[in-house]
Amino acid sequence: MLQAATKQTIQQKPRKSNNKLRIKNGLIGWSFITIATLMIGLFYFYPMAQALILSFQSGAGSNLQFVGFDNYIRLFTDPTFIAAVKNTVTYLIIQVPIMIILALLISVLLNDKKLKLKGFFRTAIFLPCITSLVAYSVVFKYLFGSDGIINQMLINFSLISEPIQWLTDPFWAKVTIIIAITWRWTGYNMIFYLSALQNVDNSIYEAAKIDGANAFQQFFKITIPMLKPIILFTSITSTIGTLQLFDEVMNITKGGPGNATLTISQYIYNLSFKYTPDFGYAATVSYAIVIMIVIFSIIQFKVAGDKNA
Amino acid sequence: MHKIKRTFIYSILSIFAIISIFPFIWMIVSATNKSVDVTKGRLLPGTHLVENFQNLLNTVDLVPALVNSAIITMATTVLSLIIASLAGYGFEIYRSKAKDVVFTILLVSMMIPFAALMIPLFRMFGTISQIAPGIGIDTLTSAMLPSITTAFLIFFFRQNTKMFPRELLEAGRIDGLTELGVFFRIFVPTMKTTYAAAAIITFMASWNNYLWPLVVLQSPENHTIPLLISNLGSSSSPDFGIIMTTIVIATLPTALIFFLLQRHFVAGMMGSVK
Repeated sequence: MLQAATKQTIQQKPRKSNNKLRIKNGLIGWSFITIATLMIGLFYFYPMAQALILSFQSGAGSNLQFVGFDNYIRLFTDPTFIAAVKNTVTYLIIQVPIMIILALLISVLLNDKKLKLKGFFRTAIFLPCITSLVAYSVVFKYLFGSDGIINQMLINFSLISEPIQWLTDPFWAKVTIIIAITWRWTGYNMIFYLSALQNVDNSIYEAAKIDGANAFQQFFKITIPMLKPIILFTSITSTIGTLQLFDEVMNITKGGPGNATLTISQYIYNLSFKYTPDFGYAATVSYAIVIMIVIFSIIQFKVAGDKNA
Repeated sequence: MHKIKRTFIYSILSIFAIISIFPFIWMIVSATNKSVDVTKGRLLPGTHLVENFQNLLNTVDLVPALVNSAIITMATTVLSLIIASLAGYGFEIYRSKAKDVVFTILLVSMMIPFAALMIPLFRMFGTISQIAPGIGIDTLTSAMLPSITTAFLIFFFRQNTKMFPRELLEAGRIDGLTELGVFFRIFVPTMKTTYAAAAIITFMASWNNYLWPLVVLQSPENHTIPLLISNLGSSSSPDFGIIMTTIVIATLPTALIFFLLQRHFVAGMMGSVK
């Protein structure tokens, strides 16, 4: 009996300490991630929930009352909101494709093994990425001023006779914003494509050449399909970035002329901190961006997915 | 035929390179010229850099803004790296189903636009102001707190932890190090390049952060460099010499980091798609 008892204790002991060790290890693991999880909860998810509650309230400053879905109904009849959505979607639909095509084109040209000065070209085209959004916006505002250097050069080269109102004409102001964002981000996307292209096996191109495929066919039939995951990634990040556009518009045109360049982010800022603060309605507008990000991301996944099939 | 193609490729790349560099050249040249000459479209370097710099120091609060930006950027970078690397390491080394769920939830925060957080955060810091004014609205702490922890950086560290050799952990444990000891004595020194890349991403984001500081830092003495540049840029009678000198100074730190640490710079940027 004694023998049996000792056997039991011997068998049990290690199991017990194993359990303890496992729990202890588990706790140690959780303790590594605690601070980060709490911080993200406090500064992302808690405010996100607060914004949802706020979006059903209205009133000036901190004097808020529940108004049900009134704010959401107001969205559809608010001309400024509609203008901001139109502008933001315009930037998105025109700027993101232009930038991605340019970045693809440049990276394909740069991927040529025999190319000289490759490092120079790559660094030069990437350089805009080191600037702060505010700094480059202010530089662009002056470059594109009505008596700015861009107009002066265009007139000197006799491309135009009258200065273009880059900042004060509703159409050209949008063009200026699109040029600015494209300048700042094309090199950034190019770097992603370049590194993806380096992983593409060169023999595929050799085989295509033997089969008589020209440069365009190679680009559309090989390069684009091979880079599809990274193109999807960059188009989603660019979409999220464009939907949140603020720094550039704020510093180049301030949303003007009229509301011709106003973005949704800037409208939220104006509603909260420029006009009489209406935090409730501003929160409703902010949920519009959230919904748009979700919708556009789903569309992009679908588009990429369909081509896959 | 081949020669024509070559020339074509070189001319296209040259055009893009010139477009990319031109604003920099204009900015630097303008910093050395008088405001009047900048308006006239002068594209040659001038001799007024020192004069612009002195005018800048006399008329603009550049030094306080530089100090504020430096404090915020340094503190954010150090704290971000510690918090995110601890978490990335924790999620990967002590992997469990429950932690993977938490990780996925954290990743969702990357989709949340800052504009949606801005108002609740502003109200939150308004409440904090009444309890602890030292970290409430219009303090440097309030300007950095929300951006210290990002899911992106946690993700970045987790991805890189995957490449960390586990045998080193076991060796450390056998040598009697605690779990935290293993992290600080073995993981951190081994992953220097990951930390360098993460430091660069965080430094850039923090140094250039605009919207939240604009909302929360109201008194001019708390302004950071982006706020200063934005204010100069919206002035009704801008002095181009002074503004461009300020922008050049503000761009120097990031330019230096880029040229000295180009490899880490690109590694940091690419970290998200490994």
